[in-house]
Amino acid sequence: MTETIKTDCLIIGAGPVGLFAVFELGLLDIRAHVVDILDKIGGQCAELYPEKPIYDIPGFPTVTGQGLIDNLMKQIEPFGAQFHLNEMVSEVETLGTATAPLFRVKTNGDTVFETKTILIAAGGGSFQPKKPPIPEIEAYEQESVYYAVRKIETFRDRSVLIVGGGDSALDWTLNLVPVAKRVTLMHRRDDFRAAPHSVEQMRALVRDEKMDLKIGQATRLEGQEGRLSSVICRDNDGGEFAVACDAMLPFFGLTMKLGPIADWGLSLNENLIPVDTEKFETSVPGIFAIGDINTYPGKLKLILSGFHEGALAAQKVQRYVYPDRRVTFQYTTSSTSLQKKLGVA
Amino acid sequence: MAKIQFIDFGGTARTVEAEPGSTVMEAAIKNGVPGIEAECGGACACATCHVYIEPDWQEKVGPPSSMEEDMLDFAFDVRPNSRLACQIQVKAELDGLTVRTPEKQA
Repeated sequence: MTETIKTDCLIIGAGPVGLFAVFELGLLDIRAHVVDILDKIGGQCAELYPEKPIYDIPGFPTVTGQGLIDNLMKQIEPFGAQFHLNEMVSEVETLGTATAPLFRVKTNGDTVFETKTILIAAGGGSFQPKKPPIPEIEAYEQESVYYAVRKIETFRDRSVLIVGGGDSALDWTLNLVPVAKRVTLMHRRDDFRAAPHSVEQMRALVRDEKMDLKIGQATRLEGQEGRLSSVICRDNDGGEFAVACDAMLPFFGLTMKLGPIADWGLSLNENLIPVDTEKFETSVPGIFAIGDINTYPGKLKLILSGFHEGALAAQKVQRYVYPDRRVTFQYTTSSTSLQKKLGVA
Repeated sequence: MAKIQFIDFGGTARTVEAEPGSTVMEAAIKNGVPGIEAECGGACACATCHVYIEPDWQEKVGPPSSMEEDMLDFAFDVRPNSRLACQIQVKAELDGLTVRTPEKQA
C-alpha cells in the first residue's frame, strides 16, 4: 500500500485551465497536486493542437497550443505543484462534511490522496483509447483485446495481432516480437506515419521472417467465451483473410470520454458538470469544476473563461483551507506579499 | 452558399447550407448534424469527422493531403473515398455535395 498524499487541493486535468488554477491557488498559499491521464502536461493544447495558433488568449495576438502551455508552466513555477501523469482519478470518497470537506481520492495508478478540495479541470473528459466498432469486441476485452500494454508479460508466448500504423503500434510491435509466440502487424495501407527508424526495424523483422505484416482492416472477431482465436480482416480489394491470434492490440489514437467522473455522485447535465457562477462549485461542497467540463447559463467553452473560473474557485477553496483567515484582496502589481510568493520581491 | 447533404449510417439524409471558405465539418457542427464529432475542432488531429464522399463527387473533392491521410489511420473502416470533413473547404463547385457518415467516429 502506498502512502497517502495529504494536500489542500487536488486538480484533475493538466490542461491550461488546471495549470492556471495552480497559479491562483498559489497566490493564496494553497499548494496543489495535479493528476492527468496523459503522459504529458498540457491537455488538449499539447495532445491535439500543439502547433496550432490560438488567437483569443488576452494579451497574446497569437500563441500556439504548446507555446501557451510552456508559458503557463513558467508562470506557475514558483508554486511547485506536483504532477502525477499517466494516471486517471478513478474513485472519490467523501470523508468530511459540507463545511469542512475532506475527500479520499484514488487513481488507477494506485496513488491515494487525502485532499480538502478537488478542482475538476478535465476539459472534454479523459483521453482514452478509441475502440474499433467491431461487433462484440467488448466480449473479448477481458482476456484477448487490449488497448494498451500494461505488462509485457501478458503477451508472452501468445499470438498477437497489433493494428495501426503510428508510433504506438510500431513500438509495441518491436517490443513484443522477442516475447510473443508470433506478432502480426496489420495496417490499412503499406505506409506508416510512425518514426522512420521503427518502420525500418519492423521491415527488417518481416524480411527475416520474425514477424508478419498484413495490409487490411479488421472486420470480425472469432473465438469463444471471450477468448480470441482469429480476426477476420478485409484487404483493400475487398477480399477476406483471417489472422490466427489469441491477443489483439488495436491502436487508433485517443478520444475524450467523461470516464469515472460520472460515478462520483455529482449532478451532471449531458456529461457536463453544473456549477454556480460565484464559486464554480458542484453539487458536492468542496468539489469544483472549471473549464470546458462545467456548464452554467451563458457558458462559453473558451480557455479565458476557464482562467476566470479558476480564479473565483480558488477564493472559495481558500475559505475551506483557511477558514479563519481574514480575506484581503491584493494585486500582483503592488502587493509585496504576493510578489514574495512569486519570488520577484 | 453551397448545399451539403449528409447521409448518416442509418440512411437519414440532412441538407445544410455552408458558407464558401468554411469547411464541411463546420457546416455539420453549426447545424447540429449527428455523426460528426470533430473533437479537436478542426485541427486535423483526431479523425472524428470522417466521411465517405459519394462516388460522383470524388473527383471534384479530390484526395486527402498526406497529413490527412496519416490522420485517417485513426479512423475506422477507411475506404478509398474516405476524407476528414474538416479538411474539405466549401466552394461554389461543391454545391450539392453529398457525403456519408460512418457507423462510429470514436
